[in-house]
Amino acid sequence: MPSGASVTSIIKSRVLSFDLIFRRGDFHLHAAAKIESGATGICGPSGCGKSTLLALIAGLLRPDAGVLSFRGETLVETSRRVFVPAWLRHFALVFQDGQLFPHLSVKDNLLYGYRCRSSDDRRFDLTQVLDLLEIGPLVGRRPGQLSGGERQRVALGRALLYSPRMLLLDEPLASLDERLKQQILPFLKRVKDETGIPMLYVSHTHSEVEFLADRTLRLEEGRLVA
Amino acid sequence: MLTPEEWEALRLSARVALWATAVCIPAGTFVGWLLARRHFRGKFLVEALVQLPMVLPPVVPGYALLLLLGARGPIGHWLEATFGIVLAFTWKGAVVASAVMAFPLLVQPVRVAFRMIDTRLEQAATTLGATPWNAFVTVALPLALPGVLAGAVLCFSRSLGEFGATMAFVGNIPGETRTLPLAIYSFMQLPDGEAAAMRLALLSIALAVVALAVSHWMTRRAERRLGYLDHQVPRA
Repeated sequence: MPSGASVTSIIKSRVLSFDLIFRRGDFHLHAAAKIESGATGICGPSGCGKSTLLALIAGLLRPDAGVLSFRGETLVETSRRVFVPAWLRHFALVFQDGQLFPHLSVKDNLLYGYRCRSSDDRRFDLTQVLDLLEIGPLVGRRPGQLSGGERQRVALGRALLYSPRMLLLDEPLASLDERLKQQILPFLKRVKDETGIPMLYVSHTHSEVEFLADRTLRLEEGRLVA
Repeated sequence: MLTPEEWEALRLSARVALWATAVCIPAGTFVGWLLARRHFRGKFLVEALVQLPMVLPPVVPGYALLLLLGARGPIGHWLEATFGIVLAFTWKGAVVASAVMAFPLLVQPVRVAFRMIDTRLEQAATTLGATPWNAFVTVALPLALPGVLAGAVLCFSRSLGEFGATMAFVGNIPGETRTLPLAIYSFMQLPDGEAAAMRLALLSIALAVVALAVSHWMTRRAERRLGYLDHQVPRA
């Protein structure tokens, strides 16, 4: 019998749990996992459903069946018709190509999610994030004037300033060359170590995931394996 | 340079075209977005209905408006009985005729503009806490603005030139529904009206050229403001 204290610590460290089924034509995804705090990597070949899984967790897609909960709060339960939409989940998603808003300055991009949060829920301010990611000199620019590596750091900063409960990273380095990847990875590690925000990191490159993640899951043919 | 009668036609045309454009911008933005982004049953019918005035002889939509919105038409009768609004043979009716005819010209560029925007930008906005409406207002709409502006100018120009539907629905009443094209037509019918018809024709050409120049300038400006022209070489 585990003692009371250790049971609590297990419950506390379990951040996200899900069991989701999603079908579109021939594509079939059935993923179930219990994610703990820290960084979790999800690996798998292209087209295995990694991005779909993140979109389901973020609330951008509705599963055909299943449950999803975050720290005990039910976000999806299809049998009870529960579906919390993306904008109420407070999970920030960083896309492969950043998806910065081209009509806003870097500063307004960074503050987009920040402004959507009430001041009580904000955990970081602009200067902290600018220092952490070393993007201070970029604030006056437009996204079109940034290099690929700068764009991804700004996208990461924008997600952090939203003070997310969880950070979902969808191949954030895939569009960068090897040299740039090596420059950005330390920033990701810094975000993980200094903010303590649980991270779900999806990539088809095993080395990236190993560098960053505390544990790794593999997605193969639409199924998650440890 | 212009006689009072000609000034009146010019002022009336400007008023009708501005109102028609003002009515079309919100409606056309909504329909353009709907056609670009949503799939629904009967979409083909909505598309056909929007495009129809472009391919029909203009007198046909004008006649249809008269049947529907005229004093004895079902909607026209109801409007007059309930709100006291009379459209047939008034300048307000000319606005409706112009709006119906110019609507497809606004919808088309708006639709293309919304289709060009990566939907993942709005998805990114919702994962940063923006409601779909917020994401639309802060992301999709500003990015579609060049298309909306280009469409609005086309819509305004088309309204200035509206002839067939206006003639059929609201007639050719001096000071009420006799817009520039109708005034030109009327002067052409008069034995000594040739000089006036020529002056108004030249004026129409000048207005069209100005509208196209304004459209070009506004679109360029909006694109630059939105960062579409920032094609600097990225530095690593």
